[in-house]
Amino acid sequence: MRWLIRPPVATACRLLAAAALLLAGCSSSQDPQTLTFWTFGREGEAVVKLLPAFEREHPGIHVNVQQLPLSAAHQKLLTAFAGNSTPDLCQLGNTWLPEFVAIKALEPLQQRVAASTAVQPDDYFAHIWSTNLIDGTLYGVPWYVDTRLLFYRRDLLKAAGFDAPPRDWAEWRRMLAALSHPDRGTYGILLPTNEYEQLMSLALQQSEPMLRDGGRYGNFRSPGFKRALSFYVDTFRLRQAPAITAVEAGNPWEEFGRGVYAFYFSGPWNIGEFRQRLPANRENEWATAPLPGPDGGVAGAAGGASLVVFRRSTHKDQAWALIEYLSRPDVQQRFYDLLGDMPARRSAWDGGSLRTDPKVQAFRQQLENVKATPPVPEWEQIANEMQLVAAQAVAGELSVDEAAAEMDRRADRILEKRRWVLDHSRATEAAP
Amino acid sequence: MKRPSAAWWFLAPAMLVLGVFFLLPVVAALALSLTDYDLYALADIRHLRFVALHNYWDLLHQPAFWSALGHTLTFVVVGVPLSIMVSLGMALLLNSPLVRCKSFFRTALFAPVVTTVVAVAVVWRYILNTKYGWLNYVLGLVGIHPVDWLGDPHWAMPSIILFAVWKNFGYNMIILLAGLQAIPADLYEAARIDGASAPQQFRHITLPMLGPTLLMVAILTVSGYFQLFAEPYVMTEGGPLQSTTSVLYLMYNEGFKWWNFGMASAVAFLLFVIMFAVTALMLRLGRRGATA
Repeated sequence: MRWLIRPPVATACRLLAAAALLLAGCSSSQDPQTLTFWTFGREGEAVVKLLPAFEREHPGIHVNVQQLPLSAAHQKLLTAFAGNSTPDLCQLGNTWLPEFVAIKALEPLQQRVAASTAVQPDDYFAHIWSTNLIDGTLYGVPWYVDTRLLFYRRDLLKAAGFDAPPRDWAEWRRMLAALSHPDRGTYGILLPTNEYEQLMSLALQQSEPMLRDGGRYGNFRSPGFKRALSFYVDTFRLRQAPAITAVEAGNPWEEFGRGVYAFYFSGPWNIGEFRQRLPANRENEWATAPLPGPDGGVAGAAGGASLVVFRRSTHKDQAWALIEYLSRPDVQQRFYDLLGDMPARRSAWDGGSLRTDPKVQAFRQQLENVKATPPVPEWEQIANEMQLVAAQAVAGELSVDEAAAEMDRRADRILEKRRWVLDHSRATEAAP
Repeated sequence: MKRPSAAWWFLAPAMLVLGVFFLLPVVAALALSLTDYDLYALADIRHLRFVALHNYWDLLHQPAFWSALGHTLTFVVVGVPLSIMVSLGMALLLNSPLVRCKSFFRTALFAPVVTTVVAVAVVWRYILNTKYGWLNYVLGLVGIHPVDWLGDPHWAMPSIILFAVWKNFGYNMIILLAGLQAIPADLYEAARIDGASAPQQFRHITLPMLGPTLLMVAILTVSGYFQLFAEPYVMTEGGPLQSTTSVLYLMYNEGFKWWNFGMASAVAFLLFVIMFAVTALMLRLGRRGATA
């Protein structure tokens, strides 16, 4: 009989306790010291391990980390902005930054950086830092960085008679030719035709920007872009890369390991992937190299994520304290050890595993020479259209000149509203 | 006078719900389609312009819209008859007195309808994989070269159609099976006594008796297939070369990817007009068929 009565009592007690906890939870979310921090992808798993130390240093602040899948992040952020429910701070890809600045969602951070001892702009990779400046105002602090470069099979290159990775496009082309045997199903490189980052990286190596007149019109008909597009399209026409999408490529890591591709054009997260998927005794067979420039030199696309504070946040000081903490070189090193996301600060690279790991040196070299994508909110859409047209050129439906003209036409159409807004706001500002 | 007002009181809750959750959004979307509501307007309402029919005009001049419409029509024109034929065939088989383990087959054939698209897409992507897929392996056994099912612009749409038909035929099959079982057995008995062959029985008894069911199934399937989205979304992401981008996919991209809600609403209304016209045409043809 006792046993029959007791469980419901215990359950009721537990329910009461849960309700009390829930109430406590509600009241603490109104507490000015609870920060909402949105992260995307795997960063959230790693950052929660860094937060206990922060909360010990700032006993009054509790950080509530919410992890969102990367594929839904953009939509979720815009919906939150439209619904007036943005977090206090979040990580934001630096190519997304212009868009959120354009909708006035972000808090300028210039003054806080100037007053800060923890965040030293000089210590950051200069070009990465500059991606956070929109019209001269700072809106984010770089958190981690990435850039796409070449992973290559050292042993395959050696067998083909090359001792070093390519230094310019001509040499790269010779290596691709020597390593491609489409009849045997092996190719020099994998360039998924649905990813724009590869072509964009080649285009950023040119002196001409991809948009002109302050981002009012496309500039894809410039000689520089056409050179990049020709190189890209030729790689497929010469059958040095298969014309497949990432969906069809399936598992590129295993295939790279089997020698299906001698080069793989991708970002730093793949160091971990390759270490995990390829046997440890083959570690010396693959290496990384900076992206060769058209005539030598090094350049690539500036990628990565920054930490931003939202304009509607009511805890901006606390959010800034968290940004300062996450920007400390020792915390950045721990973050790298946890996840492999590369630190944005040079001093974080001078110690720990980053200094000794040969695979990351190419990234450091290229990070000093990266270039930002055009800082317009429409860039992602334009880059997508650029890739769609480029894929048509790869399929042989368009010549390089036709493709460039089509890209300009599509970019100009997408930028129509931007031109109107720019001219309109100038007119209203000039009127009073 | 009293009775109609009482009726309105009974109707009011339903009307309210319909008005708020159905009519209002539709009217709002129609209004939205006449503006250029986008990111800039989201930030500052002064950046909203009334553009009248410009979105529609712009769409009708975009090759992307026409190719998306073309893909959707291909999907409807090829997919719907195929789907109905497969469902009818399977329903006839399941209805046949010769078949054993009926409930097992009924469950098995209906299973794809119940499972989520995302889950079965994973399996199908594996089957259709160029290098390791079962389909190419089986074709290789009879000496056919591997086909890049999802990566080749010419094969992607047929693959999507195949996948969609496989995924959806079970639903129609159950409806048609119910229709078949409603046909009185003595009709067949009489036909058999008169010496009618099986094809003759099918032509003169099954098809006419199944007519209204078939019309309903056709209309449901056409309107369902016009709204092609989930299959290309999970199988090919609209690629390769946008060869599987449907009208609804275009709307999703415009609205939720690029936040051009004005344009996305215009796409939705154009699709609505097309679907409305096609359904009306089918109903009229069906009615004429019934009276003739």
